[in-house]
Amino acid sequence: MFRNQYDSDVTVWSPQGRLHQVEYAMEAVKLGSATVGLKNKEFAVLIALKRAVSELSAYQKKIIPIDEHLGISISGLTADARMLSRFMRTECLNHKYAHDAPMPVGRLIGLVGNKMQICTQRYDKRPLGVGLLVAGYDDQGPHIYQTCPSANFFDCRAMAIGARSQSARTYLEKHLTEFADCELQDLVAHGLRALRDTLPNEVDLNNKNVSIAIVGPKTPLKICEEAELSRFLALVEGEERRGGASLAVGDILPDDQPPRDRPDRPDRPEPIPALKEGFRLKISDYKISM
Amino acid sequence: MAFMGDIMNPAPLWQNGPSPGAFYNFPGNSSTFGPGNHSAQEFRAHSANPITTTTTVIGLKFDKGIVIAADTLGSYGSLARFRDCPRVMKVNDLILLGSGGDYADFQYLKDIIEQKIIDEKCVGDGLLLKPRSLYCWLTRVLYNKRSKMDPLWNNYIVAGIQDGEPFLGAVDKLGTAYEDAAIATGLGAYMATPLLREAVDKGNLDEETAKALVRKCMEVLFYRDARAFQRYQLGVVTAEGVVIDDVAEIKHDWTLAHMIHMK
Amino acid sequence: MSSIGTGYDLSASQFSPDGRVFQVEYAAKAVENSGTVIGLRGKDGVVFAVEKLVTSKLYEPGANKRIFHVDEHVGMAVAGLISDARQIVETARSEASNYRSQYGIPVPLKYLNERVSMYMHAYTLYSAVRPYGCSVVMGTWTEHDGPQMYMLDPSGVAFSYFGCAVGKAKQAAKTEIEKLKLADLTVKDLVKEAARIIYLVHDELKDKQFELELSWVSAATRGRHEMVPRSVAQDAESTARQALADIDDSDADDM
Repeated sequence: MFRNQYDSDVTVWSPQGRLHQVEYAMEAVKLGSATVGLKNKEFAVLIALKRAVSELSAYQKKIIPIDEHLGISISGLTADARMLSRFMRTECLNHKYAHDAPMPVGRLIGLVGNKMQICTQRYDKRPLGVGLLVAGYDDQGPHIYQTCPSANFFDCRAMAIGARSQSARTYLEKHLTEFADCELQDLVAHGLRALRDTLPNEVDLNNKNVSIAIVGPKTPLKICEEAELSRFLALVEGEERRGGASLAVGDILPDDQPPRDRPDRPDRPEPIPALKEGFRLKISDYKISM
Repeated sequence: MAFMGDIMNPAPLWQNGPSPGAFYNFPGNSSTFGPGNHSAQEFRAHSANPITTTTTVIGLKFDKGIVIAADTLGSYGSLARFRDCPRVMKVNDLILLGSGGDYADFQYLKDIIEQKIIDEKCVGDGLLLKPRSLYCWLTRVLYNKRSKMDPLWNNYIVAGIQDGEPFLGAVDKLGTAYEDAAIATGLGAYMATPLLREAVDKGNLDEETAKALVRKCMEVLFYRDARAFQRYQLGVVTAEGVVIDDVAEIKHDWTLAHMIHMK
Repeated sequence: MSSIGTGYDLSASQFSPDGRVFQVEYAAKAVENSGTVIGLRGKDGVVFAVEKLVTSKLYEPGANKRIFHVDEHVGMAVAGLISDARQIVETARSEASNYRSQYGIPVPLKYLNERVSMYMHAYTLYSAVRPYGCSVVMGTWTEHDGPQMYMLDPSGVAFSYFGCAVGKAKQAAKTEIEKLKLADLTVKDLVKEAARIIYLVHDELKDKQFELELSWVSAATRGRHEMVPRSVAQDAESTARQALADIDDSDADDM
């Protein structure tokens, strides 16, 4: 599909000055299910859509706690994310051990970026095929960072990554000005709406396929449990859904892969009615990512 | 992390091959870049005693900050050898650091701390090292060194403003660390601490009273500690920042000396 | 002769029959795709200006910088792949730090430049690594040597400059810089000129949003590399916008 002679190694520049291997790794992020991060003046929130790899498996974890003040949500290769999260945990622990204070979020991300760059420049390595949304709280308030396989990272006011996340980003851009001053509840509701925009029409968010993490002042990173999750989900339940999903399915935007798990695909079995409550997305064609 | 390698010591490109940046490492260059070249049996010498020493440092907490003081004498045994050894340093706008003990060890660590501050400025995120962090870091460094049987022969007093509140802590060469409202190291621990504690127990110390008391302690110590000196530095840290005064001189009067008879 | 498809352009460790190392040239292409960076060396200091292209509204304004501090007295503005550039920044910082610990004085820019360009050059020698996809400009001011500035290429080549430009609109920027009497201008004037040039060469059709980053190191900052204070930067930006509007007006008159 993209095949050309300059895309076999990460050490090869194309005549246009591009690194195809790195760009392909960026594609891996879009194979994972969507995740959204946003913040107001006090809190940073991560909301992730979970997938189950088969009818028999549990929904796979998307949000990984790193430290009391910091958590990540992943999209792409889970195994790569676990290496990164172990690195981040170690760095946070070392910083706490040496300085008796939590690691400032931006500095941790800087380290992660530098680590990730190494494997974009060597023949015997490959870029990490995972994107992270990092939510953290430190002396400068809440932060949302996005990291990419290209080892680039961005300090964001809000962000969404993963499959069909363009619709979520569209939502976030539209409501960007409201986030800073809104209440935590409303912030989570915004996040849920953004995430819901990435879903096909007949699928909805429920307390099995959604994960929410919150961090803020005097609020150590908290990954919401069932009861609280249901309470948050109730905030957006029954609301009329934006035409986001159909927009996303058609996907006019170049940086998003055409979604592979589109609901109207003919080879796709109809959801079994008994399972409708905890509807599981089919991702058999890329099992390793989530 | 093994999977990503170390930036500064990249693994060779192939077995026994060069590592990236090998040309950048000329033979005999003392740069820390490149693969380590250590023999199995490294020569080691441990410091078992200090050489050029300094004496007491005093730290006293008052309502809005901390005052610390230390004289400027570097002694070579009992010889009053160096007369201008400043050892009260401004770390950043939040922290004052005072040191007693081996002066070379202090200078060594001072350079490292200064580089730490430069590194932090380079990051440019506006965050400042806080006193409790430096205190913790010093404890780790000193304890680590002593565990290798190679201590840095110092007492450190970290004074600063931690999240708006005054902070005062001390670390010694063994890595023993404690916080207190009044700290004096060296001979001062015996002679100044009681004076300081008396004032602390009375409570409501303000900046001027605290400074006056510390000056008094420096005088007391000068008369009685044979390694003390009449010139000293006094520094104050408050929420407004760090101020280290010009070196002050104790006006001494030894006319009473003839009345003191040692048995 | 076209390089593409010859097979001589796939490795940094291979020459083409006409004596070129195409991988290094391709890496330089990556730099040409990035936002424009200019460095101006005036009478009393050095000014950097960066056209930082903002690709999403969701990014925090003012974050994700392209100008870095290497040491208290050295600044670095980067063009090209930012993740590669950060690695160069790290190398430069540890060189500066090593020098300071060895000699107890700030590293001279001439020496730092030599070390960093050697480092970049090392990545053009092997097939197992790729050349860095970034160019960096370093600048300082010292009492002894006055202002100094160097620009480093992915090839590892570095030159000292009075004024330099790199990135998308380097040609247009160079033309503008050449009109300036750099040796007579102070950093106060240079900041305005730099802002004007970045606004002038910015291509509104191709890249909609951008942020202007400005930094300086001069006698007035006592040799410290600092981001230009907000008030001064805003002043320079509004002057730049005004200058641009004036040009548009006169263009309209010509019609």
